[in-house]
Amino acid sequence: MLRIRLFESKVLDLFLKNYIRGPVHLYLGEEAIAVGVCSALQKDDYITSTHRGHGHCIAKGGDVKKMMAELLGKSTGYCKGKGGSMHITDMSLGILGANGIVGAGTPIAVGAGYALHLQKSNQIVACFFGDAATNQGSVHEAMNMASIWKLPVLFICENNLYGISTCIRDVCRLDDIAKRAEGYGFSGITIDGNDFFQVYETTKTAVEKIRQNGGPILIEAKTYRHEGHDIGDPEVYRSSKEVEQWKQKDPLLRMERDLLDRNILTQDIIDQMRSQIRKEIDQAVQFAFDSPEPPKEELLTDIFVKEGEL
Amino acid sequence: MREITFSQALNEALREEMIRDEKVFLMGEDIGLHGGAFGVTKNLVKEFGSERVRNSPLSEAGIAGIAVGAALLDMKPVVEFMFIDFTTIAMDQIINQAAKIRYMTGGQAKVPAVFRTQGGGGTGSAAQHSQSLENLFCYIPGLMVVMPSTPYNAKGLLKSSIRNPNPVVFIEHKLLYSKKGDVPEEEYLLPLGKANLMKKGRDITFISYSRMVHVALDAADQLAQEGIDVEVIDLQTLSPIDKETIFQSVQKTGKCLTIEEDCKSSGFGAEVAASIGEECFDYLDAPVRRIAAADVPVPFAASLESEALPDVDRIIRTTKMMNS
Ligand SMILES: Cc1ncc(C[n+]2csc(CCOP(=O)(O)OP(=O)(O)O)c2C)c(N)n1
Repeated sequence: MLRIRLFESKVLDLFLKNYIRGPVHLYLGEEAIAVGVCSALQKDDYITSTHRGHGHCIAKGGDVKKMMAELLGKSTGYCKGKGGSMHITDMSLGILGANGIVGAGTPIAVGAGYALHLQKSNQIVACFFGDAATNQGSVHEAMNMASIWKLPVLFICENNLYGISTCIRDVCRLDDIAKRAEGYGFSGITIDGNDFFQVYETTKTAVEKIRQNGGPILIEAKTYRHEGHDIGDPEVYRSSKEVEQWKQKDPLLRMERDLLDRNILTQDIIDQMRSQIRKEIDQAVQFAFDSPEPPKEELLTDIFVKEGEL
Repeated sequence: MREITFSQALNEALREEMIRDEKVFLMGEDIGLHGGAFGVTKNLVKEFGSERVRNSPLSEAGIAGIAVGAALLDMKPVVEFMFIDFTTIAMDQIINQAAKIRYMTGGQAKVPAVFRTQGGGGTGSAAQHSQSLENLFCYIPGLMVVMPSTPYNAKGLLKSSIRNPNPVVFIEHKLLYSKKGDVPEEEYLLPLGKANLMKKGRDITFISYSRMVHVALDAADQLAQEGIDVEVIDLQTLSPIDKETIFQSVQKTGKCLTIEEDCKSSGFGAEVAASIGEECFDYLDAPVRRIAAADVPVPFAASLESEALPDVDRIIRTTKMMNS
């Protein structure tokens, strides 16, 4: 969680200094979900991510150097500088890709689940999406098919209350999005997405059930994003009071408090971790700065698989 | 050699590839016991079971996405969209996902999916069941677009499409499914990206694909009786297009007529004509001309539909004008 927090804070800083192009959607304030879910998965399980995907990638073990280089459009980045913030992918870690199209990752996750089903594997796919995504038709189609064919997909709705400026209460009659699962014949659970332990325990149980019985489960994790939708969002749709109230529930502070209270970590160790990760991220930034731009020849490669490739 | 129909040829291609490679699976609406709206998947569910011949709900966007996700995990999905008109519902997955993933990930991922569908008019099915939308897909970098014209090339091209590691949009013509033709018993493949020289000729090149190849050949036969010797090319693959075969022919004949069933404005012939203009201008004895459908939604009434779609007469008239 700390690594995501410090990575995203650095990204914000670099963006404001004009080192990063295009839209960037920060995960600040939602860290407990990615980390809670991914730590309950096995290494060889898969995830699909969203436009707000840096946290998922880090939680699944992504390399912050390659991420930073990708954000700066460098040839050493995850996608050789061809994807950027919204398309970071690491096939070797089972990160099947972030997605610029809201909701589009859901049928893709179900397709991966279908492949695992045919391959008689006991791996699963965790599919992240936001509250606004649940109004997309493809999400409903995906949930229905995952259910009728009993596919090993864990749907994780990160309900941060807003899709850009639109509050979920104005576009969905349900208090809990998790209820939608019932309509497709599988179970949905609503949890506090700012509580790492709750996310972790719930996911762990859900993942076990999926591995045993097949069939999807939906977890709705309620949370809040600390920053605007993307960097530069004027944020006219929510009050500073609301933001402040939610910042009181910061998942990272809460986790730190919990660990201190339970005598699992000392303040010293936390401080050490913080400075170590800060160093790691500074090195990632340096790596990205030092890396070359993609050469012009790269423009026309990777459109098709060529004979002999892959 | 034996004669089989276009549907049977496609069915054999699917069956052979499913036997050959366990990773191949089919998904689509009514493709199970029903055998698909055009009978292409007949009997396959009996042989391979419902997991590999997956009858899906009416969820075009969803099944296209499932194909993408499964392909990312090294499977080889073949999706059937009942009518090409319904691919519009699945466009996000085809255009934004399947076609882009390899590029966006810097070559990390591949999407070896085949999107099978059918198109074209001539059956009185009106505007939402008669479209020729091939050009939509040709415009998208990262997609291959294949359009067979005979049982022989349908089988050989579908087998190659399934083995190809890239996303392929495979468009069949609804009036061709019952057409019979020679297909060898033994296995064969046809390369993607290669056109087929159907008939050699001296005076003018006809460039066509799918059902219009047969219309073009009919016209060429009639023109032969009047002393005009036509060369007919069946493109087979629209994207990537085999420019070499086109240019060689145009350099020989000096004249070219494109014949297609999609709308004329911004249609596929425009691409062919422009490429010839750019790269073969010096060989041309006349401007390239295009025969295509009228720029209208395909109408229902027989008299109007036949007025909208290209036919032999229009080809003959235009060719004579170009040769006079
Ligand atoms: C299909 C589609 N429609 C609209 C957009 C523009 N858009 C990008 S993010 C976003 C909001 C998504 O909200 P949500 O799914 O709740 O995720 P969050 O941003 O809150 O994490 C929108 C509307 C898009 N990228 N894709």
